[in-house]
Amino acid sequence: MRTVRGKRMAAIGVTGAVALFVAACGEAPDSANEGGDAVAKDFKACMVTDTGGVEDRSFNASAWQGMNAAVEAEPAVEVHVKESGSEADYETNLTGFINEGCDLIVAVGGLMGEALTTVAADYPDQRFAIVDAYLPDSPNVFSMEFNTAQSSFLAGYLAAGHSKTGKVATYGGLKIPPVTIFMDGFAEGVAYYNETKDADVEVLGWNPETQNGSFADSFEDSGKGKSLTENFVSQGADIIFPVAGKTGMGTPTVTQGDDALDSIWVDLDGCESAAEYCEEFLTTSEKNIPDAVSEAILAARDGGPTDGHTVGTLENGGVSLSTLREDIDPELAAEIETVKEAIISGDIEIKSEVQPVAS
Amino acid sequence: MTEPKPAEKPEPDDTAPVTPAPETAPERPAEEPADQERRPGFGSLFLRYVTTANTVMVTLYSFLLAMVIGAVLIIVSDPAVRGTFTYFFSRPTDALSASWTAVSDAYAGLFAGAIVNFTTLAEFQAGEATIGRLLSPISETLTYAAPLILAGLAVGLAFQAGLFNIGAQGQVIMGTVGAALIGFGLHLPAYLHLPLALLGGAIAGGLFGAIPGVLKAWSGAHEVITSIMLNYVALSALGWIITNEFVKDPDPNKQYAISKPADESSLLPRLAGMLGIDAPGLRANLGIIVAIAAAALVAWLLAKSTLGFRMRAVGLNAHASRTAGMSVPNTYITSMGGAGALAGLAGATLVLGISPHALTHGVAGEVGFDGITVALLGRAKPWGVVAAGLLFGALRAGANTMQSTLPLDMVTLLQALIVIFIAAPALVKAMLHLKVPAGGLATTTAKGW
Repeated sequence: MRTVRGKRMAAIGVTGAVALFVAACGEAPDSANEGGDAVAKDFKACMVTDTGGVEDRSFNASAWQGMNAAVEAEPAVEVHVKESGSEADYETNLTGFINEGCDLIVAVGGLMGEALTTVAADYPDQRFAIVDAYLPDSPNVFSMEFNTAQSSFLAGYLAAGHSKTGKVATYGGLKIPPVTIFMDGFAEGVAYYNETKDADVEVLGWNPETQNGSFADSFEDSGKGKSLTENFVSQGADIIFPVAGKTGMGTPTVTQGDDALDSIWVDLDGCESAAEYCEEFLTTSEKNIPDAVSEAILAARDGGPTDGHTVGTLENGGVSLSTLREDIDPELAAEIETVKEAIISGDIEIKSEVQPVAS
Repeated sequence: MTEPKPAEKPEPDDTAPVTPAPETAPERPAEEPADQERRPGFGSLFLRYVTTANTVMVTLYSFLLAMVIGAVLIIVSDPAVRGTFTYFFSRPTDALSASWTAVSDAYAGLFAGAIVNFTTLAEFQAGEATIGRLLSPISETLTYAAPLILAGLAVGLAFQAGLFNIGAQGQVIMGTVGAALIGFGLHLPAYLHLPLALLGGAIAGGLFGAIPGVLKAWSGAHEVITSIMLNYVALSALGWIITNEFVKDPDPNKQYAISKPADESSLLPRLAGMLGIDAPGLRANLGIIVAIAAAALVAWLLAKSTLGFRMRAVGLNAHASRTAGMSVPNTYITSMGGAGALAGLAGATLVLGISPHALTHGVAGEVGFDGITVALLGRAKPWGVVAAGLLFGALRAGANTMQSTLPLDMVTLLQALIVIFIAAPALVKAMLHLKVPAGGLATTTAKGW
């Protein structure tokens, strides 16, 4: 018994050693031809993430995508990133980048607004930019906000028109304005459909009047997203709109099992950020963070104004619906275009109180 | 957390092995019979000390072993370094030098980000760098260490009474609430406002911490279960409190969930300002002084006071303490209440010391959970906790500044490895072939499991 085990161990050991030996037998590369024709870098853009980290497939990831888009557009830009493990890290990451000589520091997330206000006041000559907040009192901070109620209004209209059961649902990660703005827009879009079509589509999971609804209390718990979705399905909803980051991934896992069920994604085009579930998404209520960030970097490099405030809307393409799934009724798609024009022209007024206002 | 021999005498009093180990070692003739007759010299005493699995050496070796495993992971996780291993046999120097560079860069970066950056020092001497940049690593270390020390003390104090306070996170959260409410709710001069806000945090944490103590004293409910569950209660309560009309910041530009900021007069002043250094980036504040003062208080309490004696007695043997006429239930309540107050103070230093000086969902971070690891590393001794808190604070600060060479998760990993080794001294002993000290291996554990 003992010798058999010993021999087996030896055999495993020898196999492992041989495997390692073979793996390590490659040719050494020529070290002479390294470096290549790198472009001289003249602008250092640095990004501080919030606690989600740069690989969150959503908010921070899309800002990082914008940073890299800037490098693609202008190779003289170099980009760096620091992740925040907790909120206590915001300030140190911001000042850390100042010490590293960054030309522009991009703060991602409204919660960093407070830390940024302090740091920006301490270093008035440093350029900053922030996503999802507006700091009117900081002359050296460029603010980027997004009116996602507009794109979600279209998503709500689409859901109401596509629903067979006459019930659609939404839920959020946390009850905070950056989340409820999507839910507000969605519910208002459904209400508008009911009004114009004399229909009676019901929204589960959010009541814009009382501002109450269903929340997972987490942006990371896809199990919670799954059980919320199953709950809505059992109440008769056939289209579910999760506004909950990774928690929302629970929804397509449920709708995948039934052809009659569909989902609508948020932030980044679901067919790219969650490509395995592309078939489940009618569309995505997109928040075009990458373009905004990339444009902010390029403008800063060209010596544009240090302050400023952009609000992404349907009109300027800062928010949008991604390409609709192929099986959407073309008539409904055409109506959505009309509604979009009406929102842009101001004929349709979205009532959500948490919409950012351009200044 | 199982302790097979609950009443084993030498275990809880683990200051003892520090000195007795070398003294008692010569009494064991089996190991060095030749030395039996004459007194051993310093060299052999030292050698024997470092090859014995006593508390100090196990702690030190745990840290070193964690660094070694961390180094292996740095090498494995870096694709460029891994690439050089594919042609290891045709040019081994590449793989070895790349590995060495990756590991030494990471650990040197950790040091530079936590203590002092020698490049900045040279620039400072040449007049090119500001004093703010020079002192910023150490300032960051102190900033992160303050709440960690206080949370570590909260867990350590409960350990001394034989209780395992996993609820430190919830108590920290309640501390942030208490401090913030007084911070923005009252408007007072600084000499009154700051102490009151700190006290508010301590009281809120203390009351919340006392709940598991009361439940254990009255109904025998285990403090581990109740305090874990109360962490969730605290987090949900925080979420509700922030959205409350009175608490939420009314500024329409603040779209996210955040409370009103605490008044300037309630904030912990920055050390740089107190010392007359003009450097805006240095955010180390009075919190570290509060933490060290709290450690001194706990040290005095445990060593000199009747209350502390009662806590340690109950921790050693609750039955014997009861027989000796001590009130075990009351000791549970005061221990948990005191632990909660320390954790609450940690929460207060977070709100009053670190921007945004307001309540948010993530205001407490993971400080309460990190406090458990700090207490374990510090062996539940007040000054040990201070040292462990400074070390973990340094790891956090170093990792933040050195994200280009070292992934942020590396620090969490190092912390976890350190705790695993400390919780399992037998593992360290076996890996390094250490001798068993007189009195056996010591682990920090709570009673009742």
